Order: sequence, then structure tokens, then C-alpha cells
Amino acid sequence: MAAQPLLDVRGIETYYGNIRALNSVDVTVDQGEIVALIGANGAGKSTLMMTIFGSPRARTGTITFAGTDITNLPTHEIARLRIAQSPEGRRIFPRMTVMENLQMGASLDNLKYYDEDVEKVFHLFPRLKERIAQRGGTLSGGEQQMLSIGRALMARPKLLLLDEPSLGLAPLIVKQIFDAIRELNRTQGLTVFLVEQNAFGALKLANRGYVMVNGRVTMSGTGKELLADPEVRAAYLEGGRH
Amino acid sequence: MEYFVQQLVNGLTLGSIYGLIAIGYTMVYGIIGMINFAHGDIFMIGAFTALIVFLILGAMFYSVPVVVALLIMMIVAMLLTSLYNWTIEKVAYRPLRGSFRLAPLITAIGMSIALSNFVQVTQGPRNKPIPPMVSQVYNIAGISVSLKQIIIVIVTVSLLAIFWYLVNKTALGRAQRACEQDRRMAALLGVDVDRTISITFIMGASLAAVAGTLFLMYYGVVVFSDGFVPGVKAFTAAVLGGIGSIPGAVLGGLLIGFIESMWSAYFSIDYKDVAAFSILAIVLIFLPSGILGRPEVEKV
Repeated sequence: MAAQPLLDVRGIETYYGNIRALNSVDVTVDQGEIVALIGANGAGKSTLMMTIFGSPRARTGTITFAGTDITNLPTHEIARLRIAQSPEGRRIFPRMTVMENLQMGASLDNLKYYDEDVEKVFHLFPRLKERIAQRGGTLSGGEQQMLSIGRALMARPKLLLLDEPSLGLAPLIVKQIFDAIRELNRTQGLTVFLVEQNAFGALKLANRGYVMVNGRVTMSGTGKELLADPEVRAAYLEGGRH
Repeated sequence: MEYFVQQLVNGLTLGSIYGLIAIGYTMVYGIIGMINFAHGDIFMIGAFTALIVFLILGAMFYSVPVVVALLIMMIVAMLLTSLYNWTIEKVAYRPLRGSFRLAPLITAIGMSIALSNFVQVTQGPRNKPIPPMVSQVYNIAGISVSLKQIIIVIVTVSLLAIFWYLVNKTALGRAQRACEQDRRMAALLGVDVDRTISITFIMGASLAAVAGTLFLMYYGVVVFSDGFVPGVKAFTAAVLGGIGSIPGAVLGGLLIGFIESMWSAYFSIDYKDVAAFSILAIVLIFLPSGILGRPEVEKV
């Protein structure tokens, strides 16, 4: 493990108007790790993901990526440091084809590695290859999720942020996506920071995890520790949802 | 029948000019959701720049081939209007992004007045005529087609082809469309949104400058208030075609051109502007999303 974490979020506070959405949040992600952030709806998980990209911007605290202070960098410059995100709601460009969406992901290198990388994405998600000429807005939810992740991978990220990759998907597709994340981490050493309501799946996948409640990180530990924790079990794992 | 076809030819000429201007309205609307009311005046400044370049060329050289003269006029007009539009966006619209929706609209009207008054003060309030640049007229099967009209259509078609390629086949065009569909996501993928918006204003201004040059060549006269009527007609064209849609802007421009020339030919030439503007009201009431526009509901 590197001496300095790849992503270091320290004492972040983010506001929507006067409402504080994040309250002195500290999170670190080391090179090569999969880190999960779990919590209920409205806990501030997606806000943290977007705050890392400076949109919205943190009012206090610092965010460091690979040794660079990115707290006040413009969003597109943060992206150019090779952080990619599959954001909340997937945000596929609806009137662009699948191919154009993937090309947008590869625009940092001006499509230099497009042919090579698109094959890798098709290897992970063969379904996208069949849909290549279809407009993004006409894809099913699962396909859009695959496209959103694929688009993020096209940027050759050092850090991949995934916001609820399992949201609204059939269990089989969730498994497929989690397998894909694990494979990328194992074979390419991709560092992943993911937000999930599917706490069970996420904690099983992750090396470490954080629990967020009302804009605060209330607990952290290895995936196994959190899975075994009675509080976590009671709040996020039992009661039918997993 | 010949009379009708003659009007079609005239309408096509007018429509080409309106279409070129309308693209600027529609692209800016597509990307930042505002109507740039100063766009008509950008067109007028394009025409004035062409006029000044024409006079300078005439004073400096004994004779310049018409094609070369037109080309130089267009290029200088494109550069200067681009500079104007780029500056306007930067100083007047960008600071208001994220403000309430009417703010940039009101500012745009202000910029429109500022530009036309600026030209009125610096260039004088009277019509500025130029001697005819091209005067050949061909008679094809009883229909007279002037070389001016042919030039206008050829320039428009080639410009639209280049423009189509830029928007649909290049990284820049892809970034523009991405910003139009989801600005925040485009930024997450490394697109410099501000820069992309600036380029959009430059592209719109360039097309308007060419339209201005063609307008000057066609009518042989320009005045400071010329931004208004052609500007509003092009805006009508953009609304008719479906604001935000580039093919719609071209289609709308052609339709307005046809309506205007047919109305002048068969009804009353004095009321041709009334006819064109009535279309605006009718479209807004009965077909608010235009012919090729997307219904507003689709925007999630």
C-alpha cells in the first residue's frame, strides 16, 4: 500500500443553500483498493461523489488526488487527472449513440486508445456491442448502467467512482457488474470507490467500507468487519434488503 | 406556373440567408437555453464589416475578381463578428449563468440595442449602398435566376455541409452535443464547458457573418437597423423549425423565405413582414416545439 492514499478527503463540508449535506467527512482510498460507501437514501453519498469533482464545491476541507490538491480545480480539470465517474442516474447522453457515448469517455486522449479500449469494454459488457448504433436514451436501465460504467472506463481512469451501479437492476445483472468490477481490480489494479445501497454486495466486494448517516461518516472498517457488525447488520443488511 | 417557380427561386435565396442566421439562434439555445437577441445585430455587424472591407478593397486595388473580394469580405466579417459574439458571451452572458432565466434574455436585448446604437453612432444613421458586385441574370425556361442567387445558394449549401460535418463527425461537435444534452456530465468527462460554449457563439457568429455578406451583396445596401427585422425573421425560422434543432433551423429558414416571397407575390408586399411575424405567433400557439423540435416533456 502506498504511503500516501490515492484519494484523500479531509474534513469536507458541502452545502445546498443553507442545508449542510456533508459534515466533516474524512475518507481515504488507497491505490489498488476497492472501497465501498454505504448508507441510506439521502445520507449524502452521491453528494460526496460529486463533491470530489467540485460540483458542488466543498465549502471547507481539502480533497487531494495523487498528491494534487483538487479541492478548487474546475470539474473538467479534475476529470483530466484521470478520475472517472459513473454518476447517480447514469447520465447517458440520450441523443447520442452508444458509440458516441463511449467516444465521449475517450475524449481525454482524443480517441487515441479508443479501438483498443472499446474491445475491453465489449469484453466486459458484450450487450453494448450489439447496441452500438442505438441511441443512449433507448437503452434499458441495465444497458444504460453498463454504458455508464463502460464510458467511465474509456477514460483510462486511475480512480473509478461508481454511484450505485446496482440501482434498479435485476440480480443477475448486478452480479455481472460486480464481477466486472472485481475483475478490473484484480487484473488491472484499478482503484474503485463505490457508493451502494446494496450494502451486502458492496461490502463483500470491497476491501474496506465506510458507513454514512446524515452527511457524516459514522463507521469504517474492512468489508468483513462491517458485514459482521451488529449495527450495520441491523440497519442495512437485515429487513429483507440486500 | 413560371411565376410560382420564380417565387420559389426567390424564396430559396431569402430562406438561405434566414437559415444561416437561424442556426446561430438555435445552437446557442440548445447549449445554454437562452435566446441571444443580439444575434440579429451580430448579423448586421457582419454585413457592415463586409461593406467596409468592400470599400477598402475598392480603394486599394483597381479591380479585384468578385470571387476573391467576396471571399475576403466573408473571412474578415467572420473574424470580427466572432470576436464580438465571443466578447458578448464572456462579459454579458457568462456572469449570469445560473441566474434566473430572464436575466440573460434581458441582457441580450440590451446588447442588441447597444450594438445597433454603436453602429448608428460610428457609421451614421443613413443607408450605406454599394455598387452592384454581380449583375448577371440568366434566363432558364422563362425563369430569371441571377448569379447573386446562385452564389447565395452555393455558399449556403457548402457552408451547411462543412457545418454538418463539424457538429456530427468531430470531437468538437461531440463535445457541443454533450454539453447540450448534459452539461454537468460533459464536465465529468473532461469537457471544458465554458470553452465549448464560447466556440458555439463563435460558430453562430461566423454563419451570421456570411449571411450578412450575402445580404449586402444581394440587396446592395445596409443600415444600422438591419439587425432587427432579418434577426426576428431568423428567430421565427428557428422557432418554426423547432428551437434547438439545427436541421430545423435550416428548414424553418427556407419556409420563412418561401412564405415571404409567396406572400409578396400573391398578396401584398407591404404586409410581407406581418405575414412572417404572424407565423411566429401561430407556431408558438399551435406548434410550440416546432416542426423538428423535441417536445419539452422529453427533457428530464
